[in-house]
Amino acid sequence: MEKENIANVTTPLSSGENSGVKLYTLLVYSENIAGILNQITAVFTRRQVNIESLNVSASSIPHVHKYTITAWSDEDQITKITRQIEKKIDVIKATFFTDDELFIRETGLYKLATDVVLQNPEVSRAIRRHDAKITEVNPTYVIVMKSGKTEDIMSLYRALDAFGCVLQYTRSGRIAVTRSTQEQVSEFLEQRESHHRNQ
Amino acid sequence: MQRNAITGSEALMLALKAEGVKTIFGYPGGAIMPVYDALYSYTRGQKKCFEHILVRHEQAATHAAEGYARVSGEVGVTLVTSGPGVTNTLTGIADAMMDSTPIVVIAGQVAISSLGTDAFQEVDLVGVAQPISKWSYQIRHAEDIAWAVSRAFYIARSGRPGPVVLDFPKNAQTEMVDFEPQKVDFVRSYVAYPKLSDEAVREAAELINGAKKPLALVGQGVELGHAQEELKAFLEKADIPAGRTMLGLSALPSDHPLNVGMLGMHGNYAVNLKEQECDVLIAIGMRFSDRVTGNPKTYARQAKVIHLDIDRSEIDKNVKADVAVVADCKESLPALTALVRKGDHREWRESFRPFDEKERAKVIEPAIHPAEGPLLMGEVVNAVALQSPDDTVLVTDVGQNQLFATRYFKYLHKRSICTSGGLGTMGYGLPAAIGATFGVATEGRTVVCFMGDGGFQMNLQELGTIMEQQAPVKMIVLNNNYLGNVRQWQDMFFQRRKSFTRMMNPCYELIAQGYGIAYEAVTERSQLSGAVERMLAAKGPFIMECAIMEEDNVMPMTPPGKDVDDMMLSLNPDPSPKGEGSI
Repeated sequence: MEKENIANVTTPLSSGENSGVKLYTLLVYSENIAGILNQITAVFTRRQVNIESLNVSASSIPHVHKYTITAWSDEDQITKITRQIEKKIDVIKATFFTDDELFIRETGLYKLATDVVLQNPEVSRAIRRHDAKITEVNPTYVIVMKSGKTEDIMSLYRALDAFGCVLQYTRSGRIAVTRSTQEQVSEFLEQRESHHRNQ
Repeated sequence: MQRNAITGSEALMLALKAEGVKTIFGYPGGAIMPVYDALYSYTRGQKKCFEHILVRHEQAATHAAEGYARVSGEVGVTLVTSGPGVTNTLTGIADAMMDSTPIVVIAGQVAISSLGTDAFQEVDLVGVAQPISKWSYQIRHAEDIAWAVSRAFYIARSGRPGPVVLDFPKNAQTEMVDFEPQKVDFVRSYVAYPKLSDEAVREAAELINGAKKPLALVGQGVELGHAQEELKAFLEKADIPAGRTMLGLSALPSDHPLNVGMLGMHGNYAVNLKEQECDVLIAIGMRFSDRVTGNPKTYARQAKVIHLDIDRSEIDKNVKADVAVVADCKESLPALTALVRKGDHREWRESFRPFDEKERAKVIEPAIHPAEGPLLMGEVVNAVALQSPDDTVLVTDVGQNQLFATRYFKYLHKRSICTSGGLGTMGYGLPAAIGATFGVATEGRTVVCFMGDGGFQMNLQELGTIMEQQAPVKMIVLNNNYLGNVRQWQDMFFQRRKSFTRMMNPCYELIAQGYGIAYEAVTERSQLSGAVERMLAAKGPFIMECAIMEEDNVMPMTPPGKDVDDMMLSLNPDPSPKGEGSI
């Protein structure tokens, strides 16, 4: 991949044709059973929608896993995708969000050449200006870490890349929490369990 | 190890017994041999509780399970081996998924220690089945059998039914387990029966009460929800004419005064036109398939749409709903009936009549009562419909035979149609009919199966199963020496270039003889009625082969991608090729 491409936010080809296309974040909660990730991604594959980023981890509820998925889509399509994901038997809840409804973070890791960092004080300034953290230094490389939104992380990449010191760069998938006070799915599970008890 | 420990294979038998399974359609093979060994004891002697139907190809086992499930309302069960055994079932699994048919497919698998090693007859079943099944699960150890089997049956039959796949590695079949059956009736992540929203019902009732030209579209959901009577009560109170989808044909009897025929590409003329004129469209347990809507951009734009479905993902999928009532129609229909006013839409209903008469004169009469010329599919279907008992089960294959059969058969009894609607699986008919005979065995209902020469040959080997079981399938082979539906499209949209649709046929009489199945050929119109009578009177299976006009077309027809009111009553001599849409 050419360097310029790394720094660009990938947008789907169709975004220009369809003004309704934007980056949506899906939060999916599932039981901890093997093969669910496959089922979720298959819903995207069937419609040939690219997943931009994907993060899977345990949630704050025991035995419940949480998936944070981003994809470019319009509202109609993302609604259908979300409903078809939620339809999977072991998926507890699937909901889509726009950025303003979430607290979002990604992490970038930058491996820089130590000699360039030492020779050019502007590199350190750029790191400080971007509020990034130097986590490891040795005679050959420096590891810098930056958390933030996609654009913040890529902005630092572009700055560092201009100094010609980037040996490696990677950006994590998005993680996000909703702005509500508890895991969105807890209430749902409580309702389900209590409904079952009362049957 | 507990004193009462049994093998996983025997535990499977007890788990199936606990689920009320009586009939299993299957085919043995290496990776399922311990289960077949256990089955030996449970199909004879003191322990007998199952009937096992040995099919001749695993695909047929799934279609037979589908046919069984469709007519009986029970879960159909298929038992096969790993690898090619189970990949052969995939078409049936996909078919059951599309048509919401509850089946459980249990397949052998290599031992878990061999998974991922390309062991003999190993295939990643859960991986390949997941996108085409309601649930797929690998039972890795014998101790999981009780839970997994019960969960599988609960998922298959509850909510919107569908196929469930159980991958059963060989180690779990032979491990010892202290078995205690479980009853799963709750899966916290799966809302089988969504809670009915009173507000949605109220909004729907308001729309219906204000409607001048309401039209109901009845789908298979009504049959699956056992809501045939609730449907009638609703329609009769509000006086709403109702069209039925192909899978919903027997949800409302054909002789019901509010029945206005079949929806879709080859459905009835009036109802297709009226979809574009109604002011409120009430879809009940149907999914707005492209075969029903034609061009979705122009479909029923003038109407407010009320969509009743148990599956939320169907709402707004193909047609936007103004009011969605997401619930089991067994519950939502009575709630709606309570709130709708007694209606009188006589004038609106009467407005269907001129179109019905036009279709009868131009299409139906020539199709079922031709005065001369070669035998037509429509008249054969009509002859069988006239003579067969009212509770006869209609099974069809796919293609022209299906379209003529569904158009001209009668539906006077609930759960009386088995056809492959969504997937359009040629070869479905014969095995599904076998399954249906077992599904209705205690009721003694007749099962007729219409097939073309193409579809008949696609699972022809099942004549072996019919022979062995003496399954009383009345097979009607509508032989036109063509893959008729594709040929019709070639004539209409591909400049009459008949690319590989002409088909050379074997002598079916000799084939019937080989299997010892009664056979009669109908080549003349005058032979038809007598042959049908003999076929229906025969005790066991019967093949009636009819020499059908070679290049007949199914009419009326809405060309693919066209608006539903573009429906043609006769063949347009110069139709514009669409390029889009598919068989």
